[in-house]
Amino acid sequence: MKLSDVKTILDAKIFCHDDLLDEEVNSACGSDLMSDVLAFVKNQSILLTGLNNQQVVRTAEMMDMSCIVFVRGKAPEASVINLAEARGLALMATELTMYQACGKLYAAGLGDT
Amino acid sequence: MEALRLEFNIDGDDFQAAGEASSKTKRALKKLGLPPDTIRRVAICMYEGEINMVIHANGGTVTVEVDETAVKITLADRGPGIPDISSALTEGFSTATNQIRELGFGAGMGLPNMRKYCDDMDIKTELNVGTTVTMTVNF
Ligand SMILES: Nc1ncnc2c1ncn2[C@@H]1O[C@H](COP(=O)(O)OP(=O)(O)OP(=O)(O)O)[C@@H](O)[C@H]1O
Ligand SMILES: [Mg+2]
Repeated sequence: MKLSDVKTILDAKIFCHDDLLDEEVNSACGSDLMSDVLAFVKNQSILLTGLNNQQVVRTAEMMDMSCIVFVRGKAPEASVINLAEARGLALMATELTMYQACGKLYAAGLGDT
Repeated sequence: MEALRLEFNIDGDDFQAAGEASSKTKRALKKLGLPPDTIRRVAICMYEGEINMVIHANGGTVTVEVDETAVKITLADRGPGIPDISSALTEGFSTATNQIRELGFGAGMGLPNMRKYCDDMDIKTELNVGTTVTMTVNF
């Protein structure tokens, strides 16, 4: 699916890099533990997380991901948005919980590999 | 002959800025045209090491050296040292505070990750003097 489909499915708000909405995404992962993301993620392009700080952007950057989704309606701070803008990552926020957001994307065909 | 050498000072008081050196390194290696897999392995190793420096050792210096066959990363700090390296290398072992855990780190996965993603790792540490972690990623 495209990032724009992710946005629709999660009824998400986008904070930066809406130029990426046409990008194809093949898989996603959800975690609040950045070292786990660094250890186990392969080529997932979306990170769903309940955390909200600059290290989430750094982690996604190290893993060559293209989008971060903040769950439970956590709007990112300006410093987080600025960093993502500079590093070329799309940022979204959804009101859904981690469980709901992952479940909806999975059910819509977005797997984890 | 070195194709590239980078040096960074890591501020131990600024958690939010941690990772900046790894990000710069990643971009420099991309420019050099190294294989994407190599770049990602270097990025993960250096980023985990950089975070460790900030959360456990109050900062330090990182040197990145690239030659024809490998990237060598040296992280040197003047922190408290590691009392028992083999426990520190065990998955799940962490002395991180709750405050660090709330920020997404402190799972005790950093050093095991670093060992997994590099081809060679060496840790020299002395209590109350500091720690130097050297990692080599071949390509
Ligand atoms: N540079 C360092 N100086 C002093 N102690 C360190 C240093 N690096 C690691 N340690 C010690 O080794 C432990 C394990 O490190 P490791 O990176 O594996 O886990 P962590 O940093 O606690 O959590 P995570 O990396 O998952 O965020 C740390 O909790 C800390 O006690
Ligand atoms: Mg660590």
